[in-house]
Amino acid sequence: MPLFALDHISFAYPQGPELLQDTSFAFHATEKIGFHGPNGCGKSTFFLLVTGLLKPKSGHIRFYDCIISKEKEFRALRREVGLVLQNADDQLFHATVLEDLAFGPLNLGLSPAEAKKRAEQTLAQLGLSNLRDRLTHQLSGGEKRLIALASILAMQPKVLLLDEPTNDLDPTHKKKLMQILHELQTGWIIVSHDFDFLRDTCTGFMSIEGQRLRRSESLHLHQHVHAHPLGDMPHAHE
Amino acid sequence: MFSEPFAHGNSWVHALDARLRIGVAFIFSCVLAVATTWQQAKFGLIAACLLLICSRPPLRPLLRRLAAVNIFVLFLWLTVPCTMPGPAAFHLGSLSCSLAGLHLVWLITLKANAISLLFIACVATMPVAYFGHALHALRLPGKFVFLLLFTYRAIFLLADEWQRLNTALRLHNFVATSSLHSYRTLGTLVGLTLLRSIDRAGRIHQAMLLRGFSGHFTSLAEFRFTRRDGKFTVAALALLLLYFTLF
Repeated sequence: MPLFALDHISFAYPQGPELLQDTSFAFHATEKIGFHGPNGCGKSTFFLLVTGLLKPKSGHIRFYDCIISKEKEFRALRREVGLVLQNADDQLFHATVLEDLAFGPLNLGLSPAEAKKRAEQTLAQLGLSNLRDRLTHQLSGGEKRLIALASILAMQPKVLLLDEPTNDLDPTHKKKLMQILHELQTGWIIVSHDFDFLRDTCTGFMSIEGQRLRRSESLHLHQHVHAHPLGDMPHAHE
Repeated sequence: MFSEPFAHGNSWVHALDARLRIGVAFIFSCVLAVATTWQQAKFGLIAACLLLICSRPPLRPLLRRLAAVNIFVLFLWLTVPCTMPGPAAFHLGSLSCSLAGLHLVWLITLKANAISLLFIACVATMPVAYFGHALHALRLPGKFVFLLLFTYRAIFLLADEWQRLNTALRLHNFVATSSLHSYRTLGTLVGLTLLRSIDRAGRIHQAMLLRGFSGHFTSLAEFRFTRRDGKFTVAALALLLLYFTLF
């Protein structure tokens, strides 16, 4: 049984072109899918539709084979489907990292002591314990992204939806993110333009073609030429 | 942008239960606000001073805050004595300053400073986020607390947004002059700041929903009423009793 599915979904923003048209898609909790496509083709919109933050023009969302439409039902879905949005700045709204990580668990009904423990566990698991008491608005861009991911992981979702997680990450932080993902037991859909990253983290691929979601079983790999701008400090090819 | 210069000390005042500190500051400032004699106000001022000394505030920010309060008081000194009726204390040219007016302004000066010092000692000694959580623990409605905490956080975001746009303007060699072009540009800047803030508020709301937010206020802060808090309560009550027996 798929964890969630879209049935004949159509969607357009007000005064915008139709982004999705009568498209269907089913996702199983163990899948690891890379999602690519040009800017503005509806990848982020797809995530917002799945989590109920946007309502489709027609069609419906299923969660464990039940059609859901109410906010309360989507709240149950969001416990298991963790969406990390593109802009990390908007996702950290507490003063300190620890408080921010505890926000989700507190909303799930954990006591303050349990939520604090969960937050600390998550940080330790991701090797980010050193950021525990830092102020969120003083973190670097890369740290903000990792903490935004951690704040979703603190809710222990079954699957992750990541929207361009490698944007503005330097090689060190990207490697760290890769490490974190490799140790997770969850499935995921990752939106990215970074094909190397998708190849290393995903086993299946999908795209949007002609306003429809399309799966493709393999990624077309090709050789490309690239420059090493710092000639005396080349990066390694793994 | 906003610093919290008094919030991070390690005196025993800082260690008191935040709820108790807010309660004491509230009750005592109510009592002082309705005081009618110099003696009452002086009593309050001395008590507030003692508490403030115990909280060991950094001197420079303290003087800056008191200066801010007393600039307002200065305006009262300039206007009230000249406008209050009553027998004149002295004349300044054709203006006469009434004795009753001088009395009143001195009373206001004492009260304003006493209440400011009290709040610096009791409330400014905790971070704003902690203050919000304590208010919620004191059964203030969650909506008010949200409003307070988000306003505080949003001010930083708004300032960031403004800075970014301002930088963009400077990169385009914009210099503000008294011309239509300048006014139009600055108007756009204000408009854009607001528009972007609305967008950002929407995204923050989405992020909150994604983490299971359902409109209820949650907090990690736990407040504990200790023996020390008990002693402080007794001392505060005794002071209140003394005040009411003396005056």
